[in-house]
Amino acid sequence: MAITISIAEKAFDHAAAIERFSSAVGDAGAIVTFSGNVRGEGGSVKALHLEQFPGVTERSIRDIVDKAINRWTLDEVLVIHRVGTMVPGEAIVLVCTASAHRRDAFEAADFLMDYLKTKAYFWKKEVTKSGETWIEPRGVDYADAARWERV
Amino acid sequence: MARLLFFGKLSDLAGGREQMVTLQPGVDTVEGLIAQIADGDKPLATALTHSTNRFAVNETIADLDGAITDGDEIAFLPPVSGG
Repeated sequence: MAITISIAEKAFDHAAAIERFSSAVGDAGAIVTFSGNVRGEGGSVKALHLEQFPGVTERSIRDIVDKAINRWTLDEVLVIHRVGTMVPGEAIVLVCTASAHRRDAFEAADFLMDYLKTKAYFWKKEVTKSGETWIEPRGVDYADAARWERV
Repeated sequence: MARLLFFGKLSDLAGGREQMVTLQPGVDTVEGLIAQIADGDKPLATALTHSTNRFAVNETIADLDGAITDGDEIAFLPPVSGG
């Protein structure tokens, strides 16, 4: 079972990363891929800055991936997350999961994104015509992450 | 000296990512450090105590009562926004 976690300081070729993931997967019947891109919000967003806490951020992603592999049966997991400056249309994050069956692959990818958005140590700043604003998760992001809590 | 790191919006308030400070006698918790900061910069200290913030002492997540000592690195982490 292979886990790849990568924090990319520059734009990464997400098609090539998906291709590499798919060819490494072997026998798994189900591959799920999620790409999160910078939204332009109709032209008002000029750029996004994403910062990390070197070492701590990568470990926080590792913790999240560990939770996923303990909860679902996965053959392979890939997380690539950008830091630095990005413009609309660029990929911020790529999550790939592979499993024998689709339920595990879908749910694990969904979980990984919910937790990356609310628990991984990144901080996002949006640059618009009127200035720069630090972003916080929306209520729906916290609600989504809460879905995975078990009694 | 202790190294202080401020992430996200807290770095704007702190005037930068990193500061070196001398811990005053008796300051041995994160909470104590924030009180020390309040002496010189009340708005920053108020922002640091917001309940949505987290702290890290030498890269390990800590609470307000987390122990600190000379030579430590204390990071102030506001609400995260990745993904």
